Amino acid sequence: MAKIVGLPKLSPTMEEGTLTRWAKQEGDDVAVDELIAEVETDKATMEWRSFDRTVLLKILAAEGTTVAPDAPVAIFGERGEDISSLLGAQSAPAATPNAPVATPATNVAGSDAQTSAPQVPVGRIAASPSVRRLARERSLDLRGLEGSGPGGRVIQRDLERLAAEQPRAPGEPGSSAPAAAASASARPAPVVVPLSSMRRTIARRLVESKQNVPHFYLTAEVRADSLLEVRKQLNAMLETGGEKLSLNDLLIRICASALRRVPAVNASFMNDAIWQHQVVDVSVAVALPDGLVTPVVRDADKKGLLEIAREVRELASLARQKKLKPEQMSGGTFSISNLGMYGVDEFAAVINPPEGAIVAVGAVREVPVLRDGALHAESRLRLTLSCDHRVVDGAAGAQWLAAVRELIESPLQLML
Amino acid sequence: MRQLRYRDALREAMIEEMERDDRVFLIGEEVGHYQGAYKVSQGLLERFGERRVVDAPIAEAGFAGLAVGAAMVGLRPIVEFMTWNFSLPAFDQIVNNAAKIHQMSAGQFRIPVVFRGPNASARQVAAQHSHAVEAFYCNVPGLYVVYPSTPRDAKGLLKTAIRDDNPVLFLEGETLYGIQGDVPEVGQEELIPFGSANVVREGRHVTVVSFGRPVPMLVKLADQLEQEGISMELIDARSLRPLDTATIVASVKKTNRCVVVHEHWPYGGPGAEIVDRIQREAFDYLDAPVLRASNLDVPMPYALNLENEVIVTPERVRAAVRQVLYLD
Repeated sequence: MAKIVGLPKLSPTMEEGTLTRWAKQEGDDVAVDELIAEVETDKATMEWRSFDRTVLLKILAAEGTTVAPDAPVAIFGERGEDISSLLGAQSAPAATPNAPVATPATNVAGSDAQTSAPQVPVGRIAASPSVRRLARERSLDLRGLEGSGPGGRVIQRDLERLAAEQPRAPGEPGSSAPAAAASASARPAPVVVPLSSMRRTIARRLVESKQNVPHFYLTAEVRADSLLEVRKQLNAMLETGGEKLSLNDLLIRICASALRRVPAVNASFMNDAIWQHQVVDVSVAVALPDGLVTPVVRDADKKGLLEIAREVRELASLARQKKLKPEQMSGGTFSISNLGMYGVDEFAAVINPPEGAIVAVGAVREVPVLRDGALHAESRLRLTLSCDHRVVDGAAGAQWLAAVRELIESPLQLML
Repeated sequence: MRQLRYRDALREAMIEEMERDDRVFLIGEEVGHYQGAYKVSQGLLERFGERRVVDAPIAEAGFAGLAVGAAMVGLRPIVEFMTWNFSLPAFDQIVNNAAKIHQMSAGQFRIPVVFRGPNASARQVAAQHSHAVEAFYCNVPGLYVVYPSTPRDAKGLLKTAIRDDNPVLFLEGETLYGIQGDVPEVGQEELIPFGSANVVREGRHVTVVSFGRPVPMLVKLADQLEQEGISMELIDARSLRPLDTATIVASVKKTNRCVVVHEHWPYGGPGAEIVDRIQREAFDYLDAPVLRASNLDVPMPYALNLENEVIVTPERVRAAVRQVLYLD
């Protein structure tokens, strides 16, 4: 029995997915667990594999299209089946159910399509063509805009209301400043880059963080000579195996140990309660060409340095291939972000909610230091802790930084 | 400008063109001695004689075919159908001869015939006598179809039709014949070209496109809507084939909303053609789907109360206007 299959929800936070590649073509047999397609979700490219032995009869969403979970993307069934009635049902406006369904395959039967009320498919913004044109011209993001037309369609009136609420920038199209508009148009227009799902997620989450989380920042400068020396010795030992520890690997372990010592920083503000985490899972910011992700090193306080190093390498590699699974980049309890390799002395990072804090690591600098009347060369490193003041108070943050300082300056403590 | 009735404007156009060109003649039922079923040809027999004002028997296929033949040998006939309902026996002559001979003779023959008469419901004449034929004839390449709604347009378009070398279907309205309107003074010749719509009223919120009989009703409706704060732009297409797409599209680009009002039945026809052109050429400017208000999709009933429901009503237009404005 042929059926229309909706896009499976491949991650708990997936609101839409882009079909980056169909691994199967129309008419192909599909075995159990065989790859059907690759789907770019909010953070990673996920594999969509078959639960059944079946035949891909019809592709309804071409490569490159972005659709909501459960929106029809293909018809599966037995070879030679007549799917014309399903195709008819699929083209009806009501054929897209928007109830979230946990199972990956949703059967959209023709009878359902006829009886359910017309509704706007999830993930597609219903907006009049005129509104879409104005949004293009004025670079407006229609997402989240409540449309007052039928089925929530965004109509011109909604834009007018929006414009009335927001003061208009001078020279913006539609404002009565033709001279400014004319001179602006003589200069090259900006290149418009559509948002990737990752960029959209970053934008949404960081705005949420900065708007909702009361950040405060504590900066400390620590002596890094001992830590660098330990790293040098360890790497000399590892040389034969071709492995290496980065400074960041050591810092992950140090931060994790400090979190164990000062658990107040290893906590989340969860609206009506504070969650005091029993595990220390450190999210590590990994830069990608088009954004960043934060894969998580679980139980970083219990892992050996080499284990951490290997895990971070593996996660970073997966991240660059966009193969990280959602569970590999969610559920951290604390984050570490290191821009030292770019020569940044210090910076303040944005908290990755619902984590309670993030530490920003700057570059190691060799500086002259006066000690006992004599000039010494010392390697120093600046750490800035961003704290969610709803969970972490200044004193707790300071205690954590003190613990980190102790561990960096006397790294042998890690062995205890 | 002087005031003239629609029927008198038509008569003036015929008189002026018959005086200008002695190849022009009128043929039809009751056009001569009876002075025209609707008195459009009043006085023409006395003025031009029986050779040029010809009473035809009740045989539309015959006199329509005669006119096509006369056109082929160099005359310029005006065929009056008592109503367009009676053009149906002559459908073959119009569609297969008048519209096709120029092409099928490789341009050897031109067919400068004007077929004219009242179109659409004349009130309580029942299903067979209430046809709105524009949907049939606009589908035929080789025909021009015009449908004026004012005395001035009636005169200016009829003069253009008589001078044109192609078959022109000229739709009038029994309920339009008595309306009065501005017409240029005698001697101030005005030819209104085909394919030129008229912006009857300017407005900001919604474009209403119509043609022929519903137009006077829409002028009144525009006044009422103005009182309710809705600024309606009214466009009279006047000429359905060719159609002035540019004027309509420019208006919709300004107002972003459109309702097309017509008296032909809703399936297809020039009303649907106008919607198609708007969605293609003004797609990015539409804030709502283009709606149509038309006759209901049933044969015209005889009973007055039912007929009043079937013919496109101002209430139906108002509802469509409010819908494209998202007011309901």
